[in-house]
Amino acid sequence: MRPHDAIWELLETVTDPEIPVVNLREMGILRDVRDGPNGLQVVITPTYSGCPAMQQMHDDVAAALSRAGIAAEIVTQLGPAWSTDWMAPEAHEKLRAYGIAAPAHRVSGLDESAQVISFAAQRGPRTVDAIACPQCGSANTTPISHFGSTACKALYRCLQCMEPFDYFKPH
Amino acid sequence: MAHYQDYLLHLADNALILGQRNAEWCGHGPVLEEDLALANNSLDLIGQARLLYQLVVSVRKDGKSSEDLLAYFRDVPEFKNYTLLELPHHTATLPTATGNRDYAVTIARNFLYSALMVPLWQGLTASKDLQLAAVAAKSLKEVQYHLRHAHDWVLRMGDGTAESHRRIQAAFDYLMPFTQEFWTPSPMETLAVKNGFGVDTQSLKTEWQATVADTLQAATLKLSSATGFVTTGKHGVHSEHLGFVLAEMQSLARAHPEAVW
Repeated sequence: MRPHDAIWELLETVTDPEIPVVNLREMGILRDVRDGPNGLQVVITPTYSGCPAMQQMHDDVAAALSRAGIAAEIVTQLGPAWSTDWMAPEAHEKLRAYGIAAPAHRVSGLDESAQVISFAAQRGPRTVDAIACPQCGSANTTPISHFGSTACKALYRCLQCMEPFDYFKPH
Repeated sequence: MAHYQDYLLHLADNALILGQRNAEWCGHGPVLEEDLALANNSLDLIGQARLLYQLVVSVRKDGKSSEDLLAYFRDVPEFKNYTLLELPHHTATLPTATGNRDYAVTIARNFLYSALMVPLWQGLTASKDLQLAAVAAKSLKEVQYHLRHAHDWVLRMGDGTAESHRRIQAAFDYLMPFTQEFWTPSPMETLAVKNGFGVDTQSLKTEWQATVADTLQAATLKLSSATGFVTTGKHGVHSEHLGFVLAEMQSLARAHPEAVW
């Protein structure tokens, strides 16, 4: 058993306020449950700097702990910065079933500025990873907008079934 | 530590003021997708500003400071953002009515600023201040996305119609002199660099110039001249425009101090 296994188990019930099919552990937001200097600490990390759901997640964790009669301090930890690579494999499948294409894997250690510039220098058709449509599975999709309904999503369209869909941006 | 607080405030004010400016497009975007894009861009920037203001509060430890006080209860001379970021969304020759926002100016500014912030945040991930380094790692991912968005629109406008080409060129011609402020030293930056907390923007100039030159060339635009006046926003000496930005942004908090949702 992990230390504090019961707490991890309890927090399985706390879901993402924007995407209620996945919980905070599966999202990689719940980082740690540990013993701090003043007692139990639950560590969460923000996804985007301005994500408006973070306060809600903080409050939901606090409420879940309080309902179970557990006293714990909730610590928001900035570093290391959250990455979609931390999302659990089962989260990808749940997102797809919910109609959101799961993020492509980020290559860690890649020179990020070079990545932007190479994208920038490209002319004509782009060679980016094919994003599979969560509705019909076709890879024949195209971006509509880099920004979607929330900070973490971009807007795509499937050219096979013609449906628009959200794509969870690799971050 | 006063200089270091100023350095953090400079980074925070940059993000807050551009975030506030770009949020003006919320509900007024040229197309729905861009309305959402700019709102998301602002959300990132205001989020970065909040993290940095919280850092200032933790450095001050005076029990009185708060991120809201820093954002809503300081006046023009206390803000340390680049003048570039407080300008309205139109070139100097257009009338100032809010209906005359020019998306080309918005895009050109976002491009010029993001092209600086990508290498700057990258450098700050190695800051001796581990908290600042953590904010930098987070912000870097966000501004890379902003740069890509702005870059794509520069290409589309520059290599688009005669009208879009004319307007994005005019936007760069108008804004480029303001970028000189990126490279002029200030005591807060010099000291932050010396102490290992900050990054010398001079060392980023070549990379920034290459990003700008490559993109403008690909967009069939001519490289605008960055000469003439040097603005002084980061020293607290601003254009006439910042007061109006603050008036709108701060009025609610000042009318109802300590109000909560």
